[in-house]
Amino acid sequence: MLKMAGRAVKALSPINLPVPLVAKVTTDAVYPNVLRSKSIFIYDGQVAEIPSGFAAVLYRTENYPLLRDGANHILISDEYDHLTSGDIVRVTEELALRVMYRRNGINFMLLTERCNSFCIMCSQPPRDIDDSHLLKEWLAAIPLMADDGRQIGITGGEPTLVGDALFEILASIRSYLPRSPVHMLTNGRNFKDIELAARFAAMNLCDVMLGIPLYSDVASVHDYIVQADGAFDETIRGILNLGRCGVPIEIRVVLHSENISRLPELCHFIARNLQFVHQVALMALEPIGFAKANMDALWIDPFDYQGILAEAVDVLRRAHIQTYLFNHQLCTLPRSLWPYASQSISEWKNEYLDECRGCEVKSQCGGFFSSAIKKHSIHIAPIQL
Amino acid sequence: MAGLSRRFQSLEIYRQAEQQGYRLLPIRFTPLDVGRVAATNMAGELVVLSRDDLVALVEGVLAPSTPLYDRLKAAHFLYDRDSDSALDLLGLKYRTKLHRLSQFTSLHIFVVSLRCDYTCQYCQVSRQTEDRDAFDMSTKTADAALAMVFKSPAKSLKIEFQGGEPLLNFDLIRYVVAKAKAKNSEYKRNLQFVITTNLSYLNDEVLKFCYREGIYLSTSLDGPSWLHNKNRPRPGKNGHQLTVDAIRRVQRELGRDHVSALMTTTVESLPHVESIIDEYVALDLHSIFLRPLSPYGFAIKTGHISKYNTERWIAFYRQGLNYILQLNRSGYRLTEQYTSIILRKMLTPQDPGYVDLQSPAGAGLSAVVYNYDGDVYASDEARMLAEMGDKSFRMGNLHSNSYEDIFLNDTWLDALEQSMAVSAPTCTDCAFLPYCGSDPVYHHATQRDWVGNKAISAFCSKNMAIFKHLTTLLEDDPQAREILLGWL
Repeated sequence: MLKMAGRAVKALSPINLPVPLVAKVTTDAVYPNVLRSKSIFIYDGQVAEIPSGFAAVLYRTENYPLLRDGANHILISDEYDHLTSGDIVRVTEELALRVMYRRNGINFMLLTERCNSFCIMCSQPPRDIDDSHLLKEWLAAIPLMADDGRQIGITGGEPTLVGDALFEILASIRSYLPRSPVHMLTNGRNFKDIELAARFAAMNLCDVMLGIPLYSDVASVHDYIVQADGAFDETIRGILNLGRCGVPIEIRVVLHSENISRLPELCHFIARNLQFVHQVALMALEPIGFAKANMDALWIDPFDYQGILAEAVDVLRRAHIQTYLFNHQLCTLPRSLWPYASQSISEWKNEYLDECRGCEVKSQCGGFFSSAIKKHSIHIAPIQL
Repeated sequence: MAGLSRRFQSLEIYRQAEQQGYRLLPIRFTPLDVGRVAATNMAGELVVLSRDDLVALVEGVLAPSTPLYDRLKAAHFLYDRDSDSALDLLGLKYRTKLHRLSQFTSLHIFVVSLRCDYTCQYCQVSRQTEDRDAFDMSTKTADAALAMVFKSPAKSLKIEFQGGEPLLNFDLIRYVVAKAKAKNSEYKRNLQFVITTNLSYLNDEVLKFCYREGIYLSTSLDGPSWLHNKNRPRPGKNGHQLTVDAIRRVQRELGRDHVSALMTTTVESLPHVESIIDEYVALDLHSIFLRPLSPYGFAIKTGHISKYNTERWIAFYRQGLNYILQLNRSGYRLTEQYTSIILRKMLTPQDPGYVDLQSPAGAGLSAVVYNYDGDVYASDEARMLAEMGDKSFRMGNLHSNSYEDIFLNDTWLDALEQSMAVSAPTCTDCAFLPYCGSDPVYHHATQRDWVGNKAISAFCSKNMAIFKHLTTLLEDDPQAREILLGWL
């Protein structure tokens, strides 16, 4: 797992960052002067002299030349060795460091930690705090991102809770990253208001898709899983409204012991009622956050639900709905389901086990969440083709 | 089992609203067999229930928080205080099923010639004559028909050339295709062409034309040689050989999917369903349409259509379907088209728009027929009826009526309105109503009534038997279910 956030080791000079610095990093010592004041130089011992004019300098080593001027010289640990030119980081006066964007990675923008649901297996437990500073930081970061057509994700919390700011962010993406597909995770509840759905659709984003969770075909069971009475009806109405407005939708189903038994029925419900959705993702549990706290109640070995998963995929296949299996290791799936398996785990939190050594399909397998190293199927074994 | 951490509420809390009773959504039910009932909701979603469960459901005493309750709630048979999105979803599904109404008249049948080289016993519309002018469609009539075609609001338009034998007026087919394509550069519809032909006159010129213009061919193949030639006599007694050779040629030169065949069941066919099907397999055809005799022409005059015959035909169909399923199990994919149409009605949110199984009736709404002489009929059957002297379903004439005259024809609109299955006696209470249709032309022909008494309707008894048979197969025979689901 790559380190994405934490405290820098120490300040090597006075620090002057009244507001958090959001800037692109570079290792290029001959970086054009005009760009330096908005960028961060990473010193890795390769140059004889620290170039001047940067908003900050991050040091990978304590063996550095005499500092000639300025503030914001900061030593970082080797956990950040993955930082490369083009990445965007946020640094505060307190030396809190967060990698906001990776030039060569899969990128998600977390807009808020607040949420109107409280899912029993949430991997990113919500916090009821004022985190509106995040929005300003993202608005600062978007213009620095590479306009290279790679997908940009939006997540939370529930991103629609930030109100108008969501549309400011979307407008900024549309203007700075016009070719990037946008994938936003939302529980869809606020789209019960058709005005919001219409406003979202009217943004005319490039190749946009909303990932919306639906956990059961039975309203009360869905409401229980998201711990919010009435959420099923709101999500359904949200999906219908977005469908009416022509917004592509991905339905996301996290699988655990509270909803696995009716999974084929849920897929049938989707096929019959929501056939207009673009795709369905069936996702293995990520053992982190609330899922970790409720592990005993929620855990089911993916190997043990193979049959039910195959039946569910069949229902969707017959309805001509594009289906993906996320977070499932190939050795836990019957081979008939391999074509549906997706390497869905972000590369910065993806790992393999000792048992995976010698596996002939490791390169096609999504592997494990770093968090899943401790809790995973007992049927992990190398596959010989 | 371990519970959730204490920060979370239990499932029972979220189930509480279900304990306060439920209300039924509109459902219909019909006995399936001794102990079971087929029940459907407004959108045609099917649940097979025991009689006891049905009684409990209807009396409002079905126990909440049980698998059956969950199933009926999720399938929109009932709703409770916990959730009312069922109403939104049912509305959406009902609209989806009827979506075709806003896209009306997508199939336009051009009867380009009444002449034919065959003298089939079940046909009453064709004539053998040397006189081209008397029974061929003129370019003037074709122009008027094309004007109608592009007035339809349908996004997809299919022009089907019929006869008689349409290839006897091949020049007109060429004229219509060229003109339709030219017009379509303005109208931009999804435009398709089919020629329904006995293939006797298939030659290089026709094949090249069909290849170049992307035209599909549909033909009749009634079974093995002796049966085909008996049902479909032709001077020279070589109809079967001509048809089979031509099918092979189209498969080779245009592609296997460019030719399809269907069969009509006569009394002679009844004992031979397996050898009829074998004929299709031998030709590497992968779909067959098992069709009963229509109650028009010869069949109705001699009283051949009766309830008894329907039962005999159903036995024929069941035996045929059983054999087709066996072929599929053995690895030869063969679909029965009528079954496949009904399965799509039963198991998908869409409606395939098959003319005979529509309410309001598909005649005139899904398809319209332009006869060689400019008369416009609501369906092929309506044209056959007219040939027998009954012009009730003649909607007008291309040369004397406007589009509005024809599609606002009072007789036709009355027939559509009065025959709506939802309001027809018997139909209104039938579980299979969402899959069925109203066939005012049929009931007018057989009972002189647009609605018809369904207790003596062969249309009803045939379809009812098929619905029940398919429901039972889907419910009780996992192997058959697997194959049938593969036909969707």
